Formats: sequence, C-alpha cells, structure tokens
Amino acid sequence: MTKIKSLDDLRKMKEEAQSKIRLRENSDHPEEVVQVKVGMATCGIASGAKDTMKYLIEELEQEAIEAIVTQTGCMGFCYAEPTVEVTIPNKEPVLFGHVGKEKVHEIIDSYIKRGELIDGIVPLNFKTIDDEL
Amino acid sequence: MSDYKMHLLICGGTGCKASESDEIKNRFNELIDDLGLEDEVQAVTTGCFGFCEKGPIVKVLPDNTFYVQVTPHDVLEIVEEHIVKGRPVKHLLYTDPNSEKHISDSKGMDFYKKQIRIALKNCGFINPENIDEYIARDGYQALGHCLTEMTQDEVIKEIKDSGLRGRGGGGFPTGLKWEITKNVENDQKYVVCNADEGDPGAFMDRSILEGDPHSVLEAMAICGYCIGADNGLIYIRAEYPLAIQRLKIAIKQAEEYGLIGDNILGTGFNFKIELRYGAGAFVCGEETALIHSMEGLRGEPTFKPPFPSVSGYMGKPTNVNNVETFANIPVIINKGAKWFNSIGTEKSKGTKVFALAGKINNVGLIEVPMGTTLRDVIYDIGGGIKGGKEFKAVQTGGPSGGCLTKEHLDIPIDYDNLIGAGSMMGSGGMIVMDEDDCMVSIAKFYLDFTLEESCGKCTPCRVGNKRLYEILDKITEGKGQLEDIGKLKELSSVIKDTSLCGLGQTSPNPVLSTIANFEQEYLAHVEDSKCPAGQCKSLLHYDILEEMCTGCTLCFRNCPAGAITGERRHPHYIDQALCIKCGICYEKCKFNAISLT
Repeated sequence: MTKIKSLDDLRKMKEEAQSKIRLRENSDHPEEVVQVKVGMATCGIASGAKDTMKYLIEELEQEAIEAIVTQTGCMGFCYAEPTVEVTIPNKEPVLFGHVGKEKVHEIIDSYIKRGELIDGIVPLNFKTIDDEL
Repeated sequence: MSDYKMHLLICGGTGCKASESDEIKNRFNELIDDLGLEDEVQAVTTGCFGFCEKGPIVKVLPDNTFYVQVTPHDVLEIVEEHIVKGRPVKHLLYTDPNSEKHISDSKGMDFYKKQIRIALKNCGFINPENIDEYIARDGYQALGHCLTEMTQDEVIKEIKDSGLRGRGGGGFPTGLKWEITKNVENDQKYVVCNADEGDPGAFMDRSILEGDPHSVLEAMAICGYCIGADNGLIYIRAEYPLAIQRLKIAIKQAEEYGLIGDNILGTGFNFKIELRYGAGAFVCGEETALIHSMEGLRGEPTFKPPFPSVSGYMGKPTNVNNVETFANIPVIINKGAKWFNSIGTEKSKGTKVFALAGKINNVGLIEVPMGTTLRDVIYDIGGGIKGGKEFKAVQTGGPSGGCLTKEHLDIPIDYDNLIGAGSMMGSGGMIVMDEDDCMVSIAKFYLDFTLEESCGKCTPCRVGNKRLYEILDKITEGKGQLEDIGKLKELSSVIKDTSLCGLGQTSPNPVLSTIANFEQEYLAHVEDSKCPAGQCKSLLHYDILEEMCTGCTLCFRNCPAGAITGERRHPHYIDQALCIKCGICYEKCKFNAISLT
C-alpha cells in the first residue's frame, strides 16, 4: 500500500473508495435516488432481462446517475418483457415494456434525464391490495 | 471493482459470530461462486447491527432486505430465491409483533425508528477490516482537517462547543479535559482509550471496536494533536478477542497508509497507537487503576488529585477517554459542533448508546438521542417485556447505578435526570427486570459482583461490601430482621463516604436504590418471611392440597429429595424438613394440587 501524503490525497482516495460502497449509501436512502426495477421472472429472463439489467447498470454508472437497480419478480406483463419500472424521486413509478438496449438509452436520455415520457409505457390498469411487503 | 450489483452485509459481531455468521458467509461465497456470480454479488462481514435478539442478521442491498435469525441452512434458499430470482424469502423477514406483518426494510422496524446513529454510524454498514470502506465514509477526513486547517485550540473549542461529555459514566466535559491536559507542560504526554468495559450486560464499547475500530484510532490521533501527545494506548480487556483482532488489523492498515505513524499527511505530526491488555478487572475501568495496570503495577486506584491530566501514565500528563466518547469525535469535527449540539437535552448533548438486556423482547444495542424517555427505549425500541409480563424496574449504570421504576418511565434520559432519579448514566448498560425478579436478590447479585471486583485497598469497600452481602443473604434466606434494613442503609452510607475510588463510592447504590424503591419487598422478606416475586427459595413453601390431590403418585415419583410420601389414590404429603424447594412437584402436578406460598 502506498502512503497517503496529504489531505488532498486523502480526499481523492475517498472519492475512489466511495464508488465501492455507493450501492450501500444509495440503498440507505432509496427515496432520494432513481429506483429501477427489472422484472426477472422466467419470462423476463427468457426475453433478455439479464442483459437489460446489466446494460442499465453500466449505462447509469457511465452517465453518473445516482440510482439503484434491483430485480423483481414477474410483473404480469409477460407479453411486453423485458419490463422495467422506473421511479424518479417524488414521482409515481412508470413501467416500460420491451426494454432492450436501445430502449435503455431512450429511458435514460428522455425520461430519467429530462423527465419526458416516451413510447412503450405499459399502463397500470390494476390495483394491488396493501400486501405484506 | 465497483460493479457489484448486490451487496450482502453479514453481521460479524461477537453475538452473531457465535451463531455461525462466519459459516453463513462462507456458504454464501460458495454458492455465489458456483453460480458464477462472484463479480456481481459481494458478501461483506460488518460490525454489529444492534438487533442482537434477532441475529444473525443478513442485509441484502440494494433492496434493503433485512433477514433475521439466518442459519447456514437458510443460505441456499436466499441465494436461489432472492439473489437469482429477486424474490424475498418471507419467512426469514422480521415479523412485527403488533401487526404480525413482515417488514423487509429495517427502517420500518420500531427497533430502529427512534434511533439516531452517531457513534454506531458505521456499525453494520462497513467492513471493519477494510480501511478503504472507512475512508469512503469520511474516514480520517476529520483528522486531516484538524491537522492541516485547524489549530489545537480551535479543535478543542469545537469539542467544548459540541457539549460532548464522557460516555464512560462520569459525564465530564470532554473538551475541558483535553484543554486541561493540553495546558500542562511536559515533553511527553499520552492519550489513553479506556476500553475496559466491565459492567455486567454492557457491550457498547466492544461493538464499536468490533464494528468501527478506525473511528476510535482517528479520534485518538485528533486528541493527540490537541494535547500535544505522540503516543496513544488502548487499554482493552483480553476477554474481547475479536475487538483486539480488529483493532490490530485497523492499526496495521492505518500505519500502512501513513494515517498513523510519523509525519501524518505530510504535516509533521507523529502519532502511534499501541494496545495494552487488561485481565478483566472491573476496578481497572477507574482511570488511576487503569494507568497503574498499564504500568505493570497492581490495578489499584490512587488518590486524585493529581489527576491523570497532570500526572498519569509513567507520571506524564495523560488524557483518558472512553471508547464511545472517542467514536463521537470525528463526526463532531466533520459535521460541526453546532449540529451535534442541536441533538439532546440542555446539559447532555448528542446521543447515547445503550445495551439492552434482561427481560426485554429486543435485546440489543441501540443509540438514541439524549432526552429519549425510558418508556420509548423499553416499549418502542425494546419491544416491551418478554412474555407480556409486567415491567418492574430497570437497572442503569451497572453495579454502580441504581434501579428505576414505573414512576421513572417518562423521565427524559440524560446525565442529570438519571442522577436525580437515584441512578446514573454509567457506561450504558440497561438491564430490564419483570415482576418475577426479586429486588433483594438483584441487590445481592450486584453486591456479589462488586465484592469480587473490589481491589481490597480500602477497608470500607473490602469488608463493608462483604458485610452488606451477608446481610442481604440473610434476608433472602428468611433470617433477616427489621433492624437489618437500617443497618444496610447505615453501612452503605459509610462505604460511599469513605472509599477512595468510584467502585467503593458507588457499590452500595443498588442496595440503597432497591430499598428506596421497593422497601415493601424488603419488609415482606423480614416481617412475613415471604418473597413476593417467588425467587428466594428458602422462603418458598410447597404444600399438597388434600382436596385436590388424586394420589396419582407423579410428584412422589419425580421428587429428587424423596420428600413426598403417600399411598396411591390417597392424598400425598411433603416433608418440609426434606424439601429442597426445587419446584418439580409444582411443575409436574396435573391437578393443581401443589400450593406455593
């Protein structure tokens, strides 16, 4: 290990180190960052949800957007897999269908960055009971 | 590697380790490797989450899912369901006892809702054996800031303004202590961290050292800078092997980074830290005894003044602070005195860590703002009394403190209020007692402890505590007399007035406070030969109710003392001279024919 020789070095080092636990920091206050849920049931995985999720994480990191990406079960829209739910702080969640790589770009550029709605939104036409989770 | 998609935080405190948290982590790693997810999922051992009642704890991020009482056997299910399929394993989630709903995020649990974590901020969040994670959480920034951008007096002023008081028990203002030590001129000074946590049922300091050792090292270096010391010593009891191991790792890593050692951050400031082991004597928590023990002498206290600030370790000015006190320092420097000062009550600022133990549902480690009421701590955070029983009392301040009763439940907890209520803050142990606890026996239990732990230097403490114990023993045996209660009070006040150190000055407190709050219970023992809580065996009386007894012979066959006689289908009889009051007949009888008075 190399020695840290000044306060500036230490501050630089903190920034590097922070990236390693950013996921933990963001998880600690999820309501303050963009939350992305990827439907990762059999139907989702078969339609490429794993690649979508990986790509989402990479792109969000590259764009330096504070976000947490989690996987979830089947959201019921198997015809539109892979499905991705995006929650911007203080906004209602929006569900996108058929999310491949291109759609990921569109979601990030238009919806997350500029707040513009885009094609491919799956309307939520059901109610949930206040379930246990 | 920053592209882990998932972090698994696994509690590695002493309690959870004892419940196989190491095996849990290994099993996770095995399964993660099998699935080829080692680049995506990171399993981290952290310090204590505090919710020891429900340990071992595994927290899955980013979903913030908090699994409780996980066993190595459950790991496969978590991996298959949660990690692979993204579905939380419901039966491992915490169940709220009131609503009976599963809660997956710890923020939704009553146990965590009222807590503010300052000293424990990194416990259960970072890997204590990885300095980088500490640095990522502002680690050593406070030290860097002090060394390069603040003068010694400015730092001391900041600590004074924060209102921080010693967390070891006494509550002496920390900034003032630093200032006094700074103003004593000497070529060599020392910073000592008192990690000799000895109260029965207290584990605050241990958990901080196990979960966030660097915070203490950083604070010691800051203290060294302020008072002009280049040597730090941590006096820790050898019974804390995990804390010692993590401290050693932390010191080594900090030295490698040059954050401890010579010319720290290029400022020319030198500071090194060493460990000193104690053999676990309670009296060595007293600062003069602690210093003598470090010098290789007997752990006996000496007269103050001179205070350690003037003449301490090796006769040099020494600043002694407790672990939790130190853990608050970096946060105060980073966030400012004003921020810290805004938390707490008028004369007690910040938070206090308490170790909840005894007859309480949520045993564990909590940190609450000063001024939180006992009711909030016991009922909201602690989840109330085990088995739905009645709350009777809570002992604060360990063997040096006193008991608080129902009347005191709504007092805001701070240094002065607890003293006003006849107890003390102490280091933060809280032992909760229910209706089944006999207060005379509780006083006897604590006396038994202080009696063992008295160093023997002062006669009132050495002999007086022994006599106190004997009188209490006599009372619990049913041989007490009314005048014994007066004797207890008189002897207690003599011991308090004439002992040299804190141990003797406070050892009679449990006796005095139980008499003050539960005199009726003492009277029941001596006047009616009854123990209202049914704890004192000698005062119990088992009898067979003739009209209820069916002569089934079950009690007769189970009595280990052969004290029960009688013929089949005829009422049985207990020979009181032979009865050892074990209660087996009472438990075995199916016809409620045994009476207990």
